[in-house]
Amino acid sequence: MMSTVPSELPVTAPIEHRFDPYVDNGGTLLSIAGKDFCVVAADTRLSEGYSIHTRYVPKSVKLSDKTVISMGGCYADCLTLTKRIQQNMEASLVAPMWYRHAHGKTMSTAAIAQMLSIMLYQKRFFPFYSWCILGGLDEEGRGAVYTYDPVGSYEREACRCAGSASSLIQPFLDNQINFKNQASERRELSLDQVLRITKDSFTSATERDIYTGDYLEIFVITSNGVELQKMGLKKD
Amino acid sequence: MDHFPTNWGNPRNEDGESYNTYPMASNKVPQGVQQIAGYGHASGHPTTHTQSPVVTGTSVLGLKFKDGVLMAADNLASYGSLARFRDVERLHKVSDFTVIGASGDISDFQYVKHLLDAQMIKEYNADDGHSLATPHVFEYLWRIMYNRRSKMNPLWNTFVLGGVHKGENFLGAIDLKGTPYQSPSIATGFGSHLATPMLRKALDNAGGSENLTREEAEKLLVECMKVCWLRDARSSFKYQIAAITSQGVSISEPHDLRPLTYWEHGRDVRGYGA
Repeated sequence: MMSTVPSELPVTAPIEHRFDPYVDNGGTLLSIAGKDFCVVAADTRLSEGYSIHTRYVPKSVKLSDKTVISMGGCYADCLTLTKRIQQNMEASLVAPMWYRHAHGKTMSTAAIAQMLSIMLYQKRFFPFYSWCILGGLDEEGRGAVYTYDPVGSYEREACRCAGSASSLIQPFLDNQINFKNQASERRELSLDQVLRITKDSFTSATERDIYTGDYLEIFVITSNGVELQKMGLKKD
Repeated sequence: MDHFPTNWGNPRNEDGESYNTYPMASNKVPQGVQQIAGYGHASGHPTTHTQSPVVTGTSVLGLKFKDGVLMAADNLASYGSLARFRDVERLHKVSDFTVIGASGDISDFQYVKHLLDAQMIKEYNADDGHSLATPHVFEYLWRIMYNRRSKMNPLWNTFVLGGVHKGENFLGAIDLKGTPYQSPSIATGFGSHLATPMLRKALDNAGGSENLTREEAEKLLVECMKVCWLRDARSSFKYQIAAITSQGVSISEPHDLRPLTYWEHGRDVRGYGA
Protein backbone atom coordinates (compact mmCIF):
# COMPACT_ATOMS: atom_id res chain seq x y z
CA MET A 1 0.00 0.00 0.00
CA MET A 2 1.30 3.40 -0.94
CA SER A 3 1.81 5.99 1.71
CA THR A 4 -0.08 9.21 1.23
CA VAL A 5 2.57 11.13 3.13
CA PRO A 6 5.67 11.99 1.04
CA SER A 7 7.83 11.70 4.12
CA GLU A 8 11.17 11.15 2.36
CA LEU A 9 10.94 14.29 0.22
CA PRO A 10 12.87 17.32 1.43
CA VAL A 11 10.62 20.04 2.71
CA THR A 12 10.71 23.07 0.45
CA ALA A 13 8.93 26.29 1.18
CA PRO A 14 8.27 28.95 -1.41
CA ILE A 15 10.67 31.89 -1.03
CA GLU A 16 8.62 34.84 0.08
CA HIS A 17 9.84 38.35 -0.30
CA ARG A 18 8.16 41.11 1.58
CA PHE A 19 9.05 44.79 1.66
CA ASP A 20 10.58 45.74 5.01
CA PRO A 21 9.55 49.34 5.76
CA TYR A 22 12.08 49.71 8.57
CA VAL A 23 15.78 50.46 8.52
CA ASP A 24 18.16 50.88 11.45
CA ASN A 25 20.09 54.10 10.90
CA GLY A 26 22.14 53.74 14.12
CA GLY A 27 23.19 56.59 16.35
CA THR A 28 23.40 57.03 20.10
CA LEU A 29 21.59 59.39 22.43
CA LEU A 30 22.01 60.17 26.08
CA SER A 31 20.33 62.32 28.68
CA ILE A 32 21.24 63.07 32.29
CA ALA A 33 19.11 65.03 34.77
CA GLY A 34 20.74 67.25 37.38
CA LYS A 35 19.40 69.24 40.33
CA ASP A 36 18.49 72.31 38.26
CA PHE A 37 19.65 71.34 34.78
CA CYS A 38 19.34 68.63 32.16
CA VAL A 39 21.79 67.48 29.51
CA VAL A 40 20.65 65.88 26.23
CA ALA A 41 23.35 64.63 23.86
CA ALA A 42 23.44 62.70 20.60
CA ASP A 43 25.92 61.97 17.82
CA THR A 44 25.14 63.08 14.27
CA ARG A 45 26.07 60.07 12.12
CA LEU A 46 23.43 58.55 9.82
CA SER A 47 24.31 55.02 8.66
CA GLU A 48 22.76 52.13 6.80
CA GLY A 49 24.68 48.89 7.11
CA TYR A 50 28.36 49.57 6.49
CA SER A 51 27.65 52.83 4.65
CA ILE A 52 27.59 56.28 6.23
CA HIS A 53 24.87 58.29 4.48
CA THR A 54 25.96 61.55 6.02
CA ARG A 55 28.16 62.74 8.86
CA TYR A 56 25.86 65.46 10.05
CA VAL A 57 22.19 65.06 10.76
CA PRO A 58 20.66 66.44 13.97
CA LYS A 59 19.04 63.76 16.14
CA SER A 60 17.91 66.14 18.89
CA VAL A 61 15.41 68.95 18.48
CA LYS A 62 14.56 71.78 20.86
CA LEU A 63 10.81 71.67 21.49
CA SER A 64 10.59 74.59 23.92
CA ASP A 65 12.77 76.62 26.26
CA LYS A 66 12.41 73.79 28.78
CA THR A 67 12.33 70.64 26.66
CA VAL A 68 14.53 68.82 24.13
CA ILE A 69 13.65 65.58 22.35
CA SER A 70 16.24 63.12 21.09
CA MET A 71 15.55 60.07 18.93
CA GLY A 72 17.38 57.16 17.33
CA GLY A 73 16.40 54.10 15.28
CA CYS A 74 14.70 54.48 11.88
CA TYR A 75 15.53 58.05 10.92
CA ALA A 76 12.48 58.51 8.66
CA ASP A 77 10.20 57.46 11.54
CA CYS A 78 12.07 59.67 14.02
CA LEU A 79 11.78 62.73 11.81
CA THR A 80 8.08 62.11 11.19
CA LEU A 81 7.43 61.65 14.90
CA THR A 82 9.36 64.82 15.77
CA LYS A 83 7.31 66.75 13.25
CA ARG A 84 4.08 65.40 14.70
CA ILE A 85 5.12 66.32 18.25
CA GLN A 86 5.80 69.86 17.11
CA GLN A 87 2.45 70.01 15.33
CA ASN A 88 0.63 68.70 18.40
CA MET A 89 2.28 71.24 20.65
CA GLU A 90 0.44 73.76 18.52
CA ALA A 91 -2.57 71.58 17.69
CA SER A 92 -3.00 68.72 20.12
CA LEU A 93 -4.35 65.29 19.21
CA VAL A 94 -4.89 64.43 22.85
CA ALA A 95 -7.30 67.28 23.29
CA PRO A 96 -8.81 68.07 19.88
CA MET A 97 -7.75 71.70 20.03
CA TRP A 98 -4.69 73.81 19.46
CA TYR A 99 -2.74 73.42 22.69
CA ARG A 100 -0.77 76.64 22.62
CA HIS A 101 -3.58 78.61 21.07
CA ALA A 102 -6.23 77.06 23.33
CA HIS A 103 -4.31 77.33 26.59
CA GLY A 104 -2.16 80.35 25.86
CA LYS A 105 0.99 78.59 27.06
CA THR A 106 3.64 76.16 25.90
CA MET A 107 3.26 72.50 26.89
CA SER A 108 5.18 71.52 30.00
CA THR A 109 7.82 68.78 29.91
CA ALA A 110 5.50 66.38 31.77
CA ALA A 111 2.63 67.11 29.37
CA ILE A 112 4.83 66.48 26.32
CA ALA A 113 6.07 63.29 27.99
CA GLN A 114 2.53 61.94 28.42
CA MET A 115 1.54 63.02 24.90
CA LEU A 116 4.55 61.28 23.34
CA SER A 117 3.62 58.03 25.08
CA ILE A 118 0.10 58.24 23.64
CA MET A 119 1.40 59.11 20.18
CA LEU A 120 3.72 56.09 20.18
CA TYR A 121 1.00 53.75 21.42
CA GLN A 122 -1.45 55.02 18.81
CA LYS A 123 0.79 53.27 16.29
CA ARG A 124 1.03 50.10 18.40
CA PHE A 125 0.47 47.77 15.44
CA PHE A 126 2.68 49.60 12.94
CA PRO A 127 5.09 51.24 15.37
CA PHE A 128 7.46 54.11 14.84
CA TYR A 129 10.86 52.41 15.08
CA SER A 130 12.28 55.08 17.35
CA TRP A 131 14.03 55.13 20.68
CA CYS A 132 13.06 58.38 22.35
CA ILE A 133 14.56 60.31 25.22
CA LEU A 134 12.88 63.47 26.40
CA GLY A 135 15.00 65.80 28.52
CA GLY A 136 14.07 69.03 30.22
CA LEU A 137 13.05 70.81 33.35
CA ASP A 138 9.90 69.93 35.31
CA GLU A 139 7.44 72.43 36.80
CA GLU A 140 9.67 72.79 39.90
CA GLY A 141 12.73 73.53 37.75
CA ARG A 142 14.43 70.19 38.44
CA GLY A 143 16.07 68.20 35.68
CA ALA A 144 13.81 65.52 34.17
CA VAL A 145 14.57 62.62 31.82
CA TYR A 146 11.77 60.55 30.28
CA THR A 147 12.65 57.40 28.33
CA TYR A 148 10.47 55.40 25.94
CA ASP A 149 10.36 52.16 24.05
CA PRO A 150 9.02 52.23 20.46
CA VAL A 151 5.43 51.40 21.52
CA GLY A 152 5.11 54.03 24.20
CA SER A 153 6.10 52.51 27.58
CA TYR A 154 7.79 55.30 29.47
CA GLU A 155 9.22 56.25 32.83
CA ARG A 156 11.04 59.15 34.42
CA GLU A 157 14.66 58.45 35.31
CA ALA A 158 17.84 60.18 36.44
CA CYS A 159 19.74 59.23 33.31
CA ARG A 160 19.43 57.07 30.21
CA CYS A 161 21.37 56.12 27.10
CA ALA A 162 19.60 54.69 24.05
CA GLY A 163 20.48 53.72 20.49
CA SER A 164 23.28 51.69 18.94
CA ALA A 165 25.90 52.19 21.70
CA SER A 166 23.43 52.08 24.61
CA SER A 167 24.77 48.72 25.82
CA LEU A 168 28.24 50.26 26.00
CA ILE A 169 27.31 53.49 27.77
CA GLN A 170 24.39 52.60 30.07
CA PRO A 171 26.45 50.43 32.49
CA PHE A 172 28.95 53.27 32.74
CA LEU A 173 26.13 55.70 33.60
CA ASP A 174 24.69 53.25 36.16
CA ASN A 175 28.04 53.37 37.88
CA GLN A 176 28.93 57.05 37.49
CA ILE A 177 25.51 58.73 37.78
CA ASN A 178 23.49 56.31 39.89
CA PHE A 179 26.53 55.16 41.94
CA LYS A 180 25.72 51.46 41.42
CA ASN A 181 28.33 49.09 42.92
CA GLN A 182 30.18 51.99 44.46
CA ALA A 183 31.25 52.27 48.09
CA SER A 184 30.80 56.04 48.11
CA GLU A 185 27.49 57.68 48.96
CA ARG A 186 25.25 58.98 46.19
CA ARG A 187 25.65 62.73 45.65
CA GLU A 188 24.38 65.39 43.26
CA LEU A 189 26.68 66.00 40.28
CA SER A 190 27.48 69.45 38.97
CA LEU A 191 26.84 70.45 35.36
CA ASP A 192 30.56 70.41 34.70
CA GLN A 193 30.90 66.83 35.97
CA VAL A 194 27.88 65.70 33.94
CA LEU A 195 29.29 67.26 30.77
CA ARG A 196 32.62 65.49 31.29
CA ILE A 197 30.88 62.14 31.79
CA THR A 198 28.79 62.78 28.65
CA LYS A 199 31.81 63.59 26.49
CA ASP A 200 33.80 60.63 27.85
CA SER A 201 30.85 58.32 27.15
CA PHE A 202 30.68 59.33 23.50
CA THR A 203 34.42 59.37 22.78
CA SER A 204 34.63 55.86 24.28
CA ALA A 205 31.54 54.55 22.46
CA THR A 206 32.91 55.92 19.17
CA GLU A 207 35.96 53.68 19.59
CA ARG A 208 33.91 50.49 19.60
CA ASP A 209 30.58 51.22 17.87
CA ILE A 210 30.72 51.79 14.10
CA TYR A 211 27.31 53.48 14.11
CA THR A 212 28.43 56.25 16.50
CA GLY A 213 30.75 59.09 15.54
CA ASP A 214 31.41 62.23 13.46
CA TYR A 215 30.02 64.96 15.73
CA LEU A 216 28.41 65.29 19.15
CA GLU A 217 25.62 67.75 19.86
CA ILE A 218 25.01 68.54 23.52
CA PHE A 219 21.91 70.47 24.61
CA VAL A 220 22.21 72.00 28.08
CA ILE A 221 18.83 72.95 29.52
CA THR A 222 18.80 75.35 32.48
CA SER A 223 16.37 77.96 33.75
CA ASN A 224 18.13 80.36 31.36
CA GLY A 225 16.97 78.33 28.35
CA VAL A 226 18.63 75.85 26.01
CA GLU A 227 22.28 76.07 25.00
CA LEU A 228 23.75 73.95 22.21
CA GLN A 229 27.38 72.79 22.32
CA LYS A 230 29.09 70.96 19.46
CA MET A 231 32.08 68.69 19.65
CA GLY A 232 33.98 66.61 17.12
CA LEU A 233 34.09 62.82 17.35
CA LYS A 234 36.22 60.39 15.36
CA LYS A 235 35.10 60.09 11.74
CA ASP A 236 36.44 56.56 11.08
CA MET B 1 -28.28 44.31 -23.38
CA ASP B 2 -30.51 43.93 -20.39
CA HIS B 3 -33.59 41.94 -21.37
CA PHE B 4 -35.56 42.63 -18.19
CA PRO B 5 -37.88 45.61 -18.78
CA THR B 6 -38.06 46.28 -15.01
CA ASN B 7 -34.37 47.19 -15.02
CA TRP B 8 -34.72 49.66 -17.88
CA GLY B 9 -34.10 53.24 -16.90
CA ASN B 10 -32.50 52.20 -13.61
CA PRO B 11 -28.80 52.68 -12.80
CA ARG B 12 -26.71 49.84 -14.07
CA ASN B 13 -25.27 47.38 -11.60
CA GLU B 14 -21.59 47.89 -12.29
CA ASP B 15 -20.58 44.70 -10.55
CA GLY B 16 -22.62 42.75 -13.07
CA GLU B 17 -21.56 44.73 -16.13
CA SER B 18 -18.86 42.85 -17.92
CA TYR B 19 -17.81 45.64 -20.33
CA ASN B 20 -16.81 48.24 -17.74
CA THR B 21 -13.16 49.04 -17.14
CA TYR B 22 -13.72 50.89 -13.88
CA PRO B 23 -14.59 49.64 -11.36
CA MET B 24 -13.33 46.59 -13.14
CA ALA B 25 -15.92 44.01 -13.98
CA SER B 26 -15.46 41.65 -11.11
CA ASN B 27 -18.50 39.43 -11.45
CA LYS B 28 -16.25 36.37 -11.42
CA VAL B 29 -15.51 36.90 -7.75
CA PRO B 30 -18.40 36.97 -5.26
CA GLN B 31 -18.97 40.36 -3.63
CA GLY B 32 -18.20 39.03 -0.16
CA VAL B 33 -14.84 37.63 -1.20
CA GLN B 34 -13.92 40.88 -2.93
CA GLN B 35 -14.43 42.83 0.26
CA ILE B 36 -12.41 40.43 2.36
CA ALA B 37 -9.51 39.92 -0.01
CA GLY B 38 -9.22 43.50 -1.25
CA TYR B 39 -10.17 42.77 -4.85
CA GLY B 40 -10.28 46.33 -6.06
CA HIS B 41 -8.75 46.58 -9.48
CA ALA B 42 -8.38 44.42 -12.54
CA SER B 43 -11.15 41.95 -13.07
CA GLY B 44 -10.94 39.38 -10.36
CA HIS B 45 -7.34 40.21 -9.52
CA PRO B 46 -6.11 41.34 -6.12
CA THR B 47 -4.39 44.69 -5.57
CA THR B 48 -0.66 44.28 -6.13
CA HIS B 49 2.30 46.28 -4.84
CA THR B 50 5.78 46.75 -6.22
CA GLN B 51 7.99 44.13 -4.61
CA SER B 52 11.09 44.84 -6.69
CA PRO B 53 12.14 47.35 -9.33
CA VAL B 54 11.87 46.42 -13.03
CA VAL B 55 13.54 48.88 -15.40
CA THR B 56 16.28 50.52 -13.35
CA GLY B 57 18.81 53.31 -13.44
CA THR B 58 22.11 53.00 -11.61
CA SER B 59 24.11 55.59 -9.61
CA VAL B 60 23.41 59.31 -9.36
CA LEU B 61 26.25 61.52 -8.13
CA GLY B 62 25.95 64.91 -6.49
CA LEU B 63 28.61 67.34 -5.31
CA LYS B 64 28.44 70.79 -3.78
CA PHE B 65 31.01 73.37 -4.85
CA LYS B 66 31.70 77.04 -4.13
CA ASP B 67 28.95 78.54 -6.31
CA GLY B 68 26.42 75.76 -6.52
CA VAL B 69 25.76 72.07 -6.97
CA LEU B 70 26.77 69.58 -9.65
CA MET B 71 24.96 66.35 -10.40
CA ALA B 72 25.76 63.50 -12.77
CA ALA B 73 23.97 60.39 -13.99
CA ASP B 74 24.36 58.11 -16.98
CA ASN B 75 21.66 57.65 -19.63
CA LEU B 76 21.01 53.95 -19.24
CA ALA B 77 17.84 52.21 -18.09
CA SER B 78 18.53 48.52 -17.52
CA TYR B 79 16.09 45.61 -17.55
CA GLY B 80 17.92 43.25 -15.23
CA SER B 81 21.27 42.72 -16.93
CA LEU B 82 19.93 43.88 -20.30
CA ALA B 83 20.91 47.42 -21.30
CA ARG B 84 17.30 48.12 -22.35
CA PHE B 85 17.04 51.89 -22.98
CA ARG B 86 20.29 53.75 -23.67
CA ASP B 87 19.15 57.34 -24.00
CA VAL B 88 17.05 57.93 -20.91
CA GLU B 89 17.48 61.22 -19.08
CA ARG B 90 17.74 60.61 -15.34
CA LEU B 91 18.35 64.22 -14.42
CA HIS B 92 15.22 66.35 -14.54
CA LYS B 93 14.79 70.08 -14.11
CA VAL B 94 12.07 70.65 -11.51
CA SER B 95 12.25 74.43 -11.37
CA ASP B 96 14.59 77.32 -12.18
CA PHE B 97 16.88 76.33 -9.31
CA THR B 98 16.16 72.66 -8.64
CA VAL B 99 17.19 69.42 -10.32
CA ILE B 100 16.10 65.90 -9.39
CA GLY B 101 18.17 62.82 -10.24
CA ALA B 102 16.85 59.29 -9.91
CA SER B 103 18.30 55.86 -9.45
CA GLY B 104 16.10 52.80 -9.15
CA ASP B 105 12.83 52.12 -10.94
CA ILE B 106 12.43 54.35 -14.00
CA SER B 107 8.64 54.14 -14.20
CA ASP B 108 8.37 55.24 -10.56
CA PHE B 109 10.69 58.14 -11.45
CA GLN B 110 8.44 59.11 -14.34
CA TYR B 111 5.48 59.12 -11.95
CA VAL B 112 7.34 61.34 -9.48
CA LYS B 113 8.35 63.69 -12.31
CA HIS B 114 4.66 63.96 -13.14
CA LEU B 115 3.80 64.75 -9.50
CA LEU B 116 6.50 67.40 -9.22
CA ASP B 117 5.62 69.02 -12.54
CA ALA B 118 1.94 69.10 -11.53
CA GLN B 119 2.89 70.74 -8.23
CA MET B 120 5.07 73.33 -9.96
CA ILE B 121 2.26 74.15 -12.42
CA LYS B 122 -0.12 74.59 -9.49
CA GLU B 123 2.31 77.04 -7.91
CA TYR B 124 2.70 78.90 -11.20
CA ASN B 125 -1.06 79.16 -11.70
CA ALA B 126 -1.49 80.67 -8.22
CA ASP B 127 0.52 83.61 -9.60
CA ASP B 128 1.24 84.93 -6.11
CA GLY B 129 4.95 85.55 -6.59
CA HIS B 130 5.88 82.38 -4.70
CA SER B 131 7.32 79.17 -5.99
CA LEU B 132 8.66 76.01 -4.37
CA ALA B 133 12.40 76.22 -3.71
CA THR B 134 14.70 73.23 -3.36
CA PRO B 135 14.15 72.63 0.40
CA HIS B 136 10.37 72.74 -0.15
CA VAL B 137 10.51 70.27 -3.02
CA PHE B 138 12.72 68.08 -0.82
CA GLU B 139 10.15 68.14 1.99
CA TYR B 140 7.32 67.35 -0.47
CA LEU B 141 9.28 64.48 -1.99
CA TRP B 142 10.11 63.15 1.47
CA ARG B 143 6.43 63.04 2.48
CA ILE B 144 5.53 61.20 -0.74
CA MET B 145 8.27 58.62 -0.26
CA TYR B 146 7.50 58.11 3.44
CA ASN B 147 3.77 57.86 2.79
CA ARG B 148 4.23 55.22 0.12
CA ARG B 149 6.58 53.13 2.29
CA SER B 150 4.02 53.36 5.11
CA LYS B 151 1.41 51.90 2.74
CA MET B 152 3.88 49.04 2.09
CA ASN B 153 3.88 50.11 -1.55
CA PRO B 154 7.12 52.05 -1.97
CA LEU B 155 8.38 54.04 -4.92
CA TRP B 156 11.51 52.01 -5.65
CA ASN B 157 14.00 54.85 -6.00
CA THR B 158 16.74 56.82 -4.38
CA PHE B 159 16.30 60.43 -5.42
CA VAL B 160 18.99 63.09 -5.30
CA LEU B 161 17.88 66.70 -5.16
CA GLY B 162 20.23 69.56 -5.91
CA GLY B 163 19.59 73.27 -5.93
CA VAL B 164 20.33 76.77 -4.75
CA HIS B 165 18.05 78.71 -2.42
CA LYS B 166 18.67 82.11 -0.79
CA GLY B 167 22.38 81.88 -1.51
CA GLU B 168 22.66 78.42 0.09
CA ASN B 169 23.62 75.34 -1.86
CA PHE B 170 21.36 72.36 -1.27
CA LEU B 171 22.16 68.70 -1.88
CA GLY B 172 19.96 65.98 -0.42
CA ALA B 173 18.80 62.42 -1.01
CA ILE B 174 15.69 60.37 -0.17
CA ASP B 175 15.44 56.59 -0.44
CA LEU B 176 12.51 54.19 -0.84
CA LYS B 177 12.02 54.02 2.94
CA GLY B 178 11.64 57.78 3.17
CA THR B 179 15.05 58.44 4.75
CA PRO B 180 15.98 62.03 3.97
CA TYR B 181 19.49 63.40 4.44
CA GLN B 182 21.76 66.16 3.20
CA SER B 183 25.47 65.98 2.58
CA PRO B 184 28.19 67.91 0.69
CA SER B 185 28.58 64.85 -1.55
CA ILE B 186 26.07 62.14 -2.37
CA ALA B 187 26.32 58.99 -4.46
CA THR B 188 23.51 56.45 -4.78
CA GLY B 189 23.51 52.80 -5.70
CA PHE B 190 26.87 51.30 -6.70
CA GLY B 191 28.26 54.84 -6.67
CA SER B 192 28.00 54.86 -2.88
CA HIS B 193 30.77 52.26 -2.88
CA LEU B 194 32.81 53.53 -5.84
CA ALA B 195 32.40 57.30 -5.89
CA THR B 196 31.71 58.29 -2.25
CA PRO B 197 35.30 57.57 -1.10
CA MET B 198 36.68 59.68 -3.98
CA LEU B 199 34.26 62.55 -3.37
CA ARG B 200 34.75 62.63 0.42
CA LYS B 201 38.53 62.46 0.08
CA ALA B 202 38.53 65.39 -2.35
CA LEU B 203 36.23 67.41 -0.09
CA ASP B 204 38.40 66.70 2.96
CA ASN B 205 41.56 67.68 1.07
CA ALA B 206 39.95 70.90 -0.15
CA GLY B 207 38.75 71.67 3.37
CA GLY B 208 35.05 71.74 2.46
CA SER B 209 32.85 72.30 -0.57
CA GLU B 210 33.21 76.09 -0.31
CA ASN B 211 36.86 75.73 -1.41
CA LEU B 212 36.02 73.69 -4.50
CA THR B 213 35.85 75.54 -7.83
CA ARG B 214 33.42 74.50 -10.53
CA GLU B 215 36.27 73.26 -12.74
CA GLU B 216 37.69 71.11 -9.92
CA ALA B 217 34.26 69.75 -9.02
CA GLU B 218 33.41 68.93 -12.63
CA LYS B 219 36.74 67.17 -13.17
CA LEU B 220 36.20 65.14 -10.01
CA LEU B 221 32.67 64.16 -10.99
CA VAL B 222 33.78 63.02 -14.45
CA GLU B 223 36.52 60.95 -12.82
CA CYS B 224 33.89 59.34 -10.58
CA MET B 225 31.61 58.64 -13.55
CA LYS B 226 34.58 57.02 -15.29
CA VAL B 227 35.25 54.71 -12.33
CA CYS B 228 31.54 53.86 -12.17
CA TRP B 229 31.50 53.03 -15.86
CA LEU B 230 34.60 50.85 -15.56
CA ARG B 231 33.40 48.78 -12.59
CA ASP B 232 29.58 49.06 -12.40
CA ALA B 233 28.20 46.46 -14.82
CA ARG B 234 24.84 48.29 -14.98
CA SER B 235 26.32 51.61 -16.10
CA SER B 236 26.81 53.32 -19.43
CA PHE B 237 29.50 55.52 -20.99
CA LYS B 238 26.85 58.03 -21.98
CA TYR B 239 26.13 60.49 -19.19
CA GLN B 240 24.92 63.99 -18.40
CA ILE B 241 26.02 66.60 -15.89
CA ALA B 242 23.69 69.17 -14.35
CA ALA B 243 24.89 72.39 -12.76
CA ILE B 244 22.72 74.49 -10.47
CA THR B 245 24.05 77.94 -9.55
CA SER B 246 22.51 81.30 -8.72
CA GLN B 247 22.35 81.75 -12.51
CA GLY B 248 19.92 78.84 -12.81
CA VAL B 249 19.97 75.27 -14.05
CA SER B 250 21.92 73.86 -16.96
CA ILE B 251 21.76 70.20 -17.89
CA SER B 252 24.42 69.21 -20.41
CA GLU B 253 23.98 67.26 -23.59
CA PRO B 254 25.07 63.62 -23.20
CA HIS B 255 28.85 63.19 -23.02
CA ASP B 256 30.91 60.12 -23.89
CA LEU B 257 33.30 58.58 -21.35
CA ARG B 258 35.06 56.28 -23.83
CA PRO B 259 37.63 58.79 -25.14
CA LEU B 260 38.77 59.30 -21.53
CA THR B 261 39.76 55.67 -21.06
CA TYR B 262 42.65 53.82 -22.61
CA TRP B 263 42.35 50.24 -23.74
CA GLU B 264 45.09 50.06 -26.40
CA HIS B 265 47.37 48.03 -24.11
CA GLY B 266 44.91 45.17 -24.46
CA ARG B 267 45.20 45.02 -28.24
CA ASP B 268 47.92 42.40 -28.38
CA VAL B 269 47.13 40.52 -25.17
CA ARG B 270 45.72 37.08 -25.85
CA GLY B 271 42.28 36.54 -24.30
CA TYR B 272 41.76 40.27 -23.81
CA GLY B 273 39.25 40.86 -26.56
CA ALA B 274 40.32 40.79 -30.20
